[in-house]
Amino acid sequence: MSDIPVDDDLDDAAEPLILPLDSWHRARGARMVEFAGYQMPVQYADGIIAEHQWTREHAGLFDVSHMGQLYLSGEDMDSAVEALLPIDLATLNPGQVRYSLLLDENGGILDDLMISRWESGLYLVVNGATKWDDIGHLREHLPDEITLNHLDETALLALQGPMAFAALEPLVSGDMPLSALTFMRAAAFKLGGVDAWISRSGYTGEDGFEISLPGEDAARIADLLCAHPEVKPVGLGARDSLRLEAGLPLYGHDLSPETSPVEAGLTFAINKRRRAEGGFPGAGRIVGELADGTDRKMVGVALEGRMSAREGAEVFAGAQAVGTVTSGGFSPSLNHPIAMAYVNAESAAPGTVLELDNRGRRLAARVVPMPFVPHRYFR
Amino acid sequence: MSRYFTKDHEWIDIDGDVGTVGITDYAQGQLGDITFVEVPGMGSTVAKGDAISVVDSVKAASDVYSPVSGTVADVNRALEAQPELVNSDAELGGWLFRIALSDPGELDALMDRAVYDAYIAGL
Repeated sequence: MSDIPVDDDLDDAAEPLILPLDSWHRARGARMVEFAGYQMPVQYADGIIAEHQWTREHAGLFDVSHMGQLYLSGEDMDSAVEALLPIDLATLNPGQVRYSLLLDENGGILDDLMISRWESGLYLVVNGATKWDDIGHLREHLPDEITLNHLDETALLALQGPMAFAALEPLVSGDMPLSALTFMRAAAFKLGGVDAWISRSGYTGEDGFEISLPGEDAARIADLLCAHPEVKPVGLGARDSLRLEAGLPLYGHDLSPETSPVEAGLTFAINKRRRAEGGFPGAGRIVGELADGTDRKMVGVALEGRMSAREGAEVFAGAQAVGTVTSGGFSPSLNHPIAMAYVNAESAAPGTVLELDNRGRRLAARVVPMPFVPHRYFR
Repeated sequence: MSRYFTKDHEWIDIDGDVGTVGITDYAQGQLGDITFVEVPGMGSTVAKGDAISVVDSVKAASDVYSPVSGTVADVNRALEAQPELVNSDAELGGWLFRIALSDPGELDALMDRAVYDAYIAGL
């Protein structure tokens, strides 16, 4: 048979980097693969579907330490950052978290990120595969008065699922109870005696937390969290199927410099004051698209049958090619395949009947609203 | 009954002039959770090496090649409702299809269990 995935990409010239939890994952039976230049766990012994369902029903612990954690500080920081992101920082109060986009001069997406105000600075979490380019872009475009710290000795764990709060709450202490953190809020806590910046956010559609903590303490804290009977480690494979069901785009697949935020359905990330005032990269194009719409749009697609369509699959409406799949796979929660695709605006309405090409086979599908599986955030 | 293996991780059990084909336990372990199996059409004529079946997992779709030439004599209908049989019972209940062999001499080019085990140990 063809295309059996190979664990180690021997063709890659650069040696993959090792993260603080590397031996922790291996000791728990993880299958390690190279991802974003790092050795990362794609799954543990239970497998992707079991880990996916465990996260939806209990709580999964994800190591996402490959992501870039950046800290910006300095005089006139807000106006300097607003020149690069379409965010309104005047409305980002301490302890608030917001989703934003790093844009190029054409309004194309260089990266998507989470940003929060932490003490006198801004804390950013950017994608692992793009972090070096992001750092270069920020250093090039931010004035010298702004300090950029790459927190590269800091680990990032995500605890996701309906039991995440119950597992984390007994282990933390802070100025506020953990229950005071609602979705997209963050604060400093002590977690197992360690300083941790905890945000109520994630990439699964479930309630949960993202926990930034010193890399040297990560294994001990991961053990502490996994000692709870509702918590199991979950790999990148289930992280991808969970985020797809939640309709959350993946940079480098669903988002790229070739896609605009309006095409991608991310208009909520263009904050109100910025739409009126402009002054961010690509503002002319993006404000125009907000008014006039775009030729193509990101949509959710539900497939009939059980065969998946994957990234790159062509989308047809009748005989006409109308778009391309950017992410796709089997949905364990829905028990059928789903996909995200860019299609022509006239084929983007929910209910539109489509066909997806899978290596010459036409798979019946239709446009459906996203998320595919409802979000269950704690608001 | 004798069993042979291919370098592409198919197995074939020979009973008279009919072979039962599946993928190996090693292959299912590499693929991860299998979500769909497309079996070939009954009665179709196949040549050795033809891609005649597809195993779709949460990670990727993989072609299954026929280890021999012949005619498809049976397919495993149980996989329509339970594709995960290929994970849980790859080398027995998770068989994919049966072929009436047109050239049994093709079996000589395949591996036996000991050679296959040594082959995957080196991967």
